Formats: sequence, structure tokens, C-alpha cells
Amino acid sequence: MKNIDIKVLEEKFQKKIDQDIKIEPNDWMPDDYRITLIRQISQHAHSEVVGMLPEGNWITRAPNLRRKAVLLAKVQDEAGHGLYLYCAAETLGADREETIDDLHSGKAKYSSIFNYPTLTWADMGAIGWLVDGAAIMNQVPLCRCSYGPYARAMVRVCKEESFHQRQGFEIMTKLSNGSQEQKDMAQDALNRFWWPALMMFGPNDAESKHTAQSMNWKIKRHTNDELRQQFVDVTVPQAEILGLTIPDKDLKWNEKKKGYDFGKINWDEFWQVVGGNGPCNKERVDARRKAKEDGKWVIEAAMAFANKRSAKKSA
Amino acid sequence: MTKNNQDWPLWEVFIRSKQGLNHKHVGSLRAADSSMAIENARDVYTRRMEGISIWVIPSNLITASDPAEEESMFEPATSKVYRHPTFYDVPDGISHM
Ligand SMILES: [Fe+2]
Ligand SMILES: [Fe+2]
Repeated sequence: MKNIDIKVLEEKFQKKIDQDIKIEPNDWMPDDYRITLIRQISQHAHSEVVGMLPEGNWITRAPNLRRKAVLLAKVQDEAGHGLYLYCAAETLGADREETIDDLHSGKAKYSSIFNYPTLTWADMGAIGWLVDGAAIMNQVPLCRCSYGPYARAMVRVCKEESFHQRQGFEIMTKLSNGSQEQKDMAQDALNRFWWPALMMFGPNDAESKHTAQSMNWKIKRHTNDELRQQFVDVTVPQAEILGLTIPDKDLKWNEKKKGYDFGKINWDEFWQVVGGNGPCNKERVDARRKAKEDGKWVIEAAMAFANKRSAKKSA
Repeated sequence: MTKNNQDWPLWEVFIRSKQGLNHKHVGSLRAADSSMAIENARDVYTRRMEGISIWVIPSNLITASDPAEEESMFEPATSKVYRHPTFYDVPDGISHM
């Protein structure tokens, strides 16, 4: 295509975006828009799938049948979220198996939060409350994302997420109103997950290289720092109700900005974990790789069976 | 899109949310055959009573209109305003019309 044609198409495209008209799979879109979305959606999908591992770790050890059924349902939802998202990525021409292989080779990233271990049952509470809470904060604006299939997937996801956060908060409530030992467990989980949860929103705006373009394309509606601030502001009062202490000495209400000031995030730790050196990176990716390799024969057998059956039908 | 024919084909999923409503497109999934597609669709798209009936169809069997031809395809409809009741003048005093 001639450069001049592309220019016209790009202008038309941006005009649609500015008018809040959704972009659908077969519509013309700039290559960078497609690439950005494939990267973001597939990394989001990987996060949902890898995110099953830290919680899956506790299914068999849930303290009672009710908790076990709830946790199982939650983890099953996360598998569904991964699937909605892989489907959305496929509408852009991404090959699903290729994107999954990129996760396994370390080329594709996923949310760094899932590289932390789940050491006690209280971590199931902290994850639901904080990690799903932060995910909701990120995902609600994505329901208005300019790309139709991604936005629609997010609507489904958000509907399902709210139970995830509530079941986590319920676990935290129970523990913080329990014995001293249980309270300590809840506090310890908060201590370990608070900062990684804040890191989930990504680098500070000044360091975030994709933000401006993504906001222009209405893939993103708020900056990382805006969402992080919003998360802190709604979560601090919840911790107070639990009677737990947020592990941040610098946390203070700022009357002028009507929000909390909070301490400096350890970005070295963030980049270490993103770079593959978190406590569980290797374990997580190995588990995913093993799942694919061990499950390969099932995929092949089902396909062979289906082919045989359809051959018989047409014979 | 699939280079490897060992990959399960892609299916589009349509769900009737309740009796009296149309089946509506909800998304897609991969499955080896149609019965597996229905089972997977149930697990993925109806965990919260979102549906009472499921249709699945291989994605590659769908023929879609071309968005680039949107104007020539749908413009004739917008120019025919006389297809809408608001086009017509009804004298004052007439009701039930
Ligand atoms: Fe999720
Ligand atoms: Fe969740």
C-alpha cells in the first residue's frame, strides 16, 4: 500500500477511536495497534493461567469443604479468563500455541505477582482481597477498551471477579477475628503481598514507555500511577476494618489530595521479578511447560478420534 | 491460522440465555469435535446460568461481510427513511396509529 493510503486509513482509524467507535477484528488497524494488543492480551491471558498455580497449591489443603468448593470455583474462573483472552488474541491473528510457547520460552511476560509463593492459607485471603482487587481496578477500565473483543472479554471477566475479591476478604475477616495465631497469619500474608500488589500496576508513569500511545488508542484509560493511587485509597480503610496494619511507615492521609501518600516502591525488586529472578519464576514456567508436554497426547488422541469419527460418518 | 493440523479447530459459540430469546454470539473456543465444543462451551460460558441452549459452529464456516464495504453495503438502508413510521405525517386528532 502507498504511504499516502496508509495515512488516510490511519486518520480514519484514529477518528473512530476518538469518537469511541469500537474496532472489530476485520477492521483496518495500524500494525502497531495490532502488535500492542496481541502483546497485552496474550500477557493478560498468561497471567490468568499462571495465576492458577499459587492458588491451586492450596485446593487440597483448604480448611473445610466450603472453602475448598469456593477456591476450586475461583481457580476454574481464572482458567476461563485465560480462555476468553486467548480467544480475543486470536481474533487479531495471533496463533494461540505460538503465544503459549512464547510464555514457555520466557519471551512473553505475565503479571509478576504470581512469582511469589503462597506459604499459608491466609495467602488465599490476601490474594483474593489484594491481587484480585488490584486486577479489578485494572480490568474495569478495560471494559471500555477500543478493541471490541478485548472489551467484551473484560466485561465477562469483571462480572466474575467480584466474587473472587469477596471470598478473599471473607477469609481475611475470619482470620483477623480469630485466635492470635490466625491474626498473625493474616498480618503476615498482608505484609508479604502488599508491596507486590502495588507493583501489579506497573512502573511509574514516567518510566512507562507504552502508556501515552495506549491512552491515545484508548486501550488504556488511566495511567499506572492513577490506578495504583485508587487502589491504595480504597484498600487502606478495608485493612482498618480488618484491624490489620499496612506494612508502610510512610502511609498517611493527605487531606489536600484527598488520598493517601504512600512509601517508595522497591522497583529493583520489581525488575528482578519481571526479569525472571523472582522467588517462583522458574517453578511457574516449568509447571506450565510440563502441563503442555504431559497433556500433548490428550490433544493428539482427541484429534485423531475426531478425525476417525468424521471419516466414518462421510464414508 | 493454524499451521499445525494437530491443533484443535476453533469454534464460535452462541448461547440462548433463556426461553424466548435468540441465541447470541458469546465467544469462541477450541475443541476436537462438535460434542467436545458443546461440553467446553458449557464449562466456559455457562458456569453461572448464562444459558439454556448452546450452538457451536466451526469458525471457518462463517462467511462475514467485509467491513471495508460497510458503506456500500449498508448505506442504501439509511437513505430510505420512508421505511420508518416517523417519515409520515399523521393529522392532529388521529390516535391509535
Ligand atoms: Fe481473573
Ligand atoms: Fe480473579
